[in-house]
Amino acid sequence: MTIQTDAVSSFEGSVGVPVVIPFSRRFYWSVRRELWENRSLYLVPLAVAALFLLAFLIGHNPHSHVHIGFSPNSMQGQGPQVFEQPYTIVALLLMGTTFLVALFYCLEALHGERRDRSILFWKSLPVSDTTTVLAKASIPILFLPLITFATVLVTQGIMLLLSSAVMLARGQNVADLWSHLPLWQMSLMLFFHMVAIHGLWYAPFYGWWLLVSAWARRAPLLWAVLPPAVVAVVEKIAFNTSHFAALIGYRFGGSPEKVPFTVGPMSMGVLTASDVVQFFTDPGLWTGLALTAVFLAAAVRLRRYREPM
Amino acid sequence: MACIEAHGLRKAFGQKIALDGIDLQVEEGRILGLIGPNGAGKTTALNAILGLTPYQGQLKVLGREPWSDRDRLMCDVCFISDVAVLPRWIKVSQALDYVAGVHPRFDRAKAEAFLAKTTIHRNSKVRELSKGMVAQLHLALVMAIDAKLLVLDEPTLGLDILYRKQFYDSLLNDYFDRSRTILLTTHQVEEIEHVLTDVVFINRGRIVFNRTIEEMESRYLEVSVRPEQLAAARALKPIYEREVLGRSILLFDHVDRRQLGAFGEVRTAGIADLFVAIIENQNSKGAA
Repeated sequence: MTIQTDAVSSFEGSVGVPVVIPFSRRFYWSVRRELWENRSLYLVPLAVAALFLLAFLIGHNPHSHVHIGFSPNSMQGQGPQVFEQPYTIVALLLMGTTFLVALFYCLEALHGERRDRSILFWKSLPVSDTTTVLAKASIPILFLPLITFATVLVTQGIMLLLSSAVMLARGQNVADLWSHLPLWQMSLMLFFHMVAIHGLWYAPFYGWWLLVSAWARRAPLLWAVLPPAVVAVVEKIAFNTSHFAALIGYRFGGSPEKVPFTVGPMSMGVLTASDVVQFFTDPGLWTGLALTAVFLAAAVRLRRYREPM
Repeated sequence: MACIEAHGLRKAFGQKIALDGIDLQVEEGRILGLIGPNGAGKTTALNAILGLTPYQGQLKVLGREPWSDRDRLMCDVCFISDVAVLPRWIKVSQALDYVAGVHPRFDRAKAEAFLAKTTIHRNSKVRELSKGMVAQLHLALVMAIDAKLLVLDEPTLGLDILYRKQFYDSLLNDYFDRSRTILLTTHQVEEIEHVLTDVVFINRGRIVFNRTIEEMESRYLEVSVRPEQLAAARALKPIYEREVLGRSILLFDHVDRRQLGAFGEVRTAGIADLFVAIIENQNSKGAA
């Protein structure tokens, strides 16, 4: 094979240009490409956070009758729940947002490039279908949870500062607020929740959506939702059971029941090492990840065969 | 080693046969025009060569099998499939960054130098560029890649004549050298005539004509025959006859130029005329 050596010797650029680009670099650029194209991945969570902060600020205004979230007047003699409440709400709100953003991202990820024929451009470059699909899958599994974690953290930080400023202005004791909020615990819990639940536990959802996105000719949202719904209905009519619906609900519900946190992650739960161990040894998690791998492999294969629409 | 080698290349979509046993050999350093009517199998052939579609039969591109070895092949092969496949959201600078990031043979300085000659701004998004500018951008990206084979499928479709001319001029002057191979399809046959070294006509999934340009020009002659000599000219068995402004124009294969000169004005047949002659002959034969 003289092709490679010829090509290298006739290359007019600088010396030592790598002829093989490592997977990590192709993956890195593929992920950056996704972030360039889908700015909603971070803009939507930021917009939701900004709206919440605005509401929080209005709630703080002593002249306002709106009491969203933390109100320093009502805190006397109350338990830590009252302090935590708005912090929990913003976290839940942003998690819900993330889930929706992930849904729309995944459904568009492999469908849009066929619709606008840009797949012909991407395929003209030495980036394999596997690299591309893995980069796209990493967005909801890895990057969106991290983006959300950072957004929640920053938002909660701003809320804390806002509350402190208001309380200081009123001559109240700020230490009360700070000591009642288990900041470190909350952040740790949030981080674990985002990575474990939104990343890994929900991964089969993302895999399925990406598969539908690679397969559907039109209306991927419909194809993503209808077949599971039909299965659930048929099962109900035929056998009068609802195992499939329960399975989806169990997956969506958040986590293995044994692990002591569910959708309300900010509640009193304290993250212990045994929780982490329990989560990572749960067969449900690994079944889900195996299913995700199957979905993604199918998506890779479809992308290889599919032509632009 | 040949750049492209195909033996009995076949491809069917259900009942419809797109490629019906193609044999083709393209040597390094050639510029081959693949010309055929709509639905003849041009794009299918290119897709097979680019590893975008599975096929039957034997096919080697730069010594690799395109379908099974696609990822590695794409380091040495570049293509512009159709116009306007650059994603509309991408910025010019991002496109440069991305290709520089993933392509081992991309020379960014070369692409920048080419873009500097255009009015394209680094911060523009593709959707803000005119069709001609998008084609320029794509060409800038592709020409900066030190590839062995460049495949162009209707690269100038929908562009005005100025852009089209510029496109092929850049390709020839700034890109092509004897070590590269270019394979292209287009319907604007006349415009690429002076660009090509080889011509292949494809019809109904088969190759019906495969010649170098020199061979073509020395073999095929057209004569605008004077009416009184029509019968004599026809006796020499023209392969095609057409009428232009009341004059019969006869196309001959392998007939001596001096002999034809007696009937009227002789000129070398253009690709377009030859194409029409060969495809129409074939289609009427097929219909009979």
